Amino acid sequence: MAGVGSACLFVALLTALYAAGASIYGAVSGRRDFVVSGRRAVYCVAVLCIAATAILQSAFLRSDFSFKLVADGSSTDTPTFYKVTAMWATQDGSLLLWALLLSVFSSIVLFLTRRSLREIAPWATAVLGVVAAFFLLLMVGWENPFSTLANPPAEGVGLNPLLRHPAMMIHPPMLYTGYVGFSIPFAFAVGALITRSTGADWIRATRRFALVAWTFLGVGIMLGALWSYTELGWGGYWAWDPVENASLLPWLTGTAFLHSVMVQEKRGMLKVWNVSLIMATFVLALMGTFLVRSGILDSIHAFGASTIGTQFLTFIGLVIAVSVGLVVWRLPDLRSDSRLDSLLSREAFFLLNNLILVVLALVVFWGTFFPLISEAVTGTEASVGPPWFNRVVTPLALVLVALMSIGPMLAWRRVTPAGLWRSVRAPVVFALLMVALLALATNAPDSLPALAMFGLVAALLGVVVQEFARGALARRALTGESLPRALGQLVGRNRRRYGGYIVHAGIAVLFLGVAGSSAFHQQKDVRLSPGQSFNSGDYRVTYVRPTARLGADDAGTGAPISFGAVLRVRKGDEVSTLHPSRNFFPTQDPSKGATARYFEGEATSEVDVRWGLRRDFWLAMRPDISSLDKPIRDADSKFPQPSPDTQALLIGALAENYRRNPPPATFRAIVSPLVSWIWIGGAIVLLGALVAAWPSPEAKLRRVRSLYSARLGKELAGRAS
Amino acid sequence: MEYGLALIFLVAVVTLIVVRPLVYGEDDTATVEATRAELEAAKEAKYREIRDAELDLQMGKLSVEDHRSIDRELRAEAIDILRRLDELEGQAPRV
Repeated sequence: MAGVGSACLFVALLTALYAAGASIYGAVSGRRDFVVSGRRAVYCVAVLCIAATAILQSAFLRSDFSFKLVADGSSTDTPTFYKVTAMWATQDGSLLLWALLLSVFSSIVLFLTRRSLREIAPWATAVLGVVAAFFLLLMVGWENPFSTLANPPAEGVGLNPLLRHPAMMIHPPMLYTGYVGFSIPFAFAVGALITRSTGADWIRATRRFALVAWTFLGVGIMLGALWSYTELGWGGYWAWDPVENASLLPWLTGTAFLHSVMVQEKRGMLKVWNVSLIMATFVLALMGTFLVRSGILDSIHAFGASTIGTQFLTFIGLVIAVSVGLVVWRLPDLRSDSRLDSLLSREAFFLLNNLILVVLALVVFWGTFFPLISEAVTGTEASVGPPWFNRVVTPLALVLVALMSIGPMLAWRRVTPAGLWRSVRAPVVFALLMVALLALATNAPDSLPALAMFGLVAALLGVVVQEFARGALARRALTGESLPRALGQLVGRNRRRYGGYIVHAGIAVLFLGVAGSSAFHQQKDVRLSPGQSFNSGDYRVTYVRPTARLGADDAGTGAPISFGAVLRVRKGDEVSTLHPSRNFFPTQDPSKGATARYFEGEATSEVDVRWGLRRDFWLAMRPDISSLDKPIRDADSKFPQPSPDTQALLIGALAENYRRNPPPATFRAIVSPLVSWIWIGGAIVLLGALVAAWPSPEAKLRRVRSLYSARLGKELAGRAS
Repeated sequence: MEYGLALIFLVAVVTLIVVRPLVYGEDDTATVEATRAELEAAKEAKYREIRDAELDLQMGKLSVEDHRSIDRELRAEAIDILRRLDELEGQAPRV
């Protein structure tokens, strides 16, 4: 089937190029039949990519090692869930995922806009066709996921152990959905510039795609943070790692875009800014895709070196050149329809919020690429490190939350200072009370930035609650509905506004978790033998006994060997048991002995966490297996080529040896206050985004109307002919 | 062999699908209909703005005077959209 898969990709490439060519010809010549043909070609690309993905997935599920990708990224003992998701753990598979998502998204948006945006849509089709063709060309020319092996091995290498985590398997498709999703508004922005249709039509048609992209990218970032927290064994969720930053950059500019497009929709302002933002976001999304595997920056996420760096950088350069050229070319058409009426207006605060978000993005960009810049200028590679990021980003984050607190209370166009004060006084008083309470009752004053963030978070939450309450009360006064019904109707009829407020509440909760966990976390590294104890914060931890499991690790990663520990954790009267462990995966290196290879491959930390709303107690362990070196050497010298049964007996004996004579193990314990609120905040953001993206009743009505209108048009045309 | 056969089959199927509109001169987008869809979207956006301003007034974010001037502007823009929609009425879609 590899041949069929390759053929799918090759035909998809030709079809994508045809889609671009036919759409451009149709747009220039006014031949609508070519426009329809181009759109149909995009649908075909989607079907071909779906077929290619199905073929590849089938190969992974069947462990067909004649596919090079399957032999490199899976094995017979890889759990089924990880076999399904192994495709995007590889570079070739990631490219196919990109092309698949892009072609499906393109098909959806082109289908939805088939009866509107007559001028813009053909150019958008062409842009989407070119982007799809680029990714398909990468696969056809350099990174074919359907490459085969003349002599397939009996067993595959297996999925990278670090990636055997549920969050990590869902994380890439989420990130890619975000990256790819931004190509839709980008394509329509290009179409709008070419056709000089610089009103808000392209924004209205693609706003939901931008919101969905932003949401998926955010979920992907959160899942990556969760993976880092529970899998990497260092105890943090964000390390300002280049690949993490690469995903944050388009999210930041995308956040700015989602806010500033409202100003263009309502006031016809910020047109240059909006097209520039979406172009920057798309370029950063391409950059994010490229950085994950490029190896150009040191990263814990760099799972391989790219062979397509030149092609990627050329394409990114081309996108930047075309984008800048288009904006400059159309500058006269991008003049604002109106002017800022007052600095005390929602649009003025949106502009400020945009500036902060873009400055944040620039700071993160600078810090991320500093090693490359430094090497280019001084010849020495130097990195700025997390303390630099924390120092620069913290004040910007504080200003951002402050702006988020004030913005929703302002009306469009203008508001009087007295009106603003009436709106802000209750949240401000609430925030000051909270700060006073925290200062008196907790150790929050130990970190002034954290205390300031707590106060701003309180203000922001106060604002959101006040907005819901005042809106519901106003609606009740107008309609006479009961308060719960008025609240439901208020949200249902103003989903974009109130969905946005829920997102703001989620971000506030998330910042609460970030401030608490980063300012007040306590970490302790100890080396213990069974029976020994240590204190970490208010916790008393006792190493009760070691564990050794074969082929049955707690996390279900399929690791053949898992050495762990049972620890009793006491806090006051509460006692719980934690089971951190370390999984060992065999190496395929033939120079290692038959038994030694089980201990000299990759090893991963399986941390155990006692989750809590007030604080998490996080525990990782690293067993000292040097005591097994001699028995392993003996086993390899006596049984250089053991049968599977003998091998199992040998490994079992070594595990029993470790259990009976446990050497001291190293433990890392972290008390992390409020960290759970990060995940809760993320879930609230997701909820708010869903509310905001859900189609309004009016939109549903419009779809029904346009359906009837189209049917009527066809009937009339039928009668006429 | 497998690759070659798949290539011929897929090229044939895709060609049939994408060439059909060229052979039959298909155009599924009537100009009037497309303009109407865009105006309908603009009308809804304008209505939403009017509702937002009304809500802002009720919530005390806008003074009565500010609301009156904003509302007047928004309604004038909405009327303009409605007028353009009215002009489209009676024009049969071009197919």
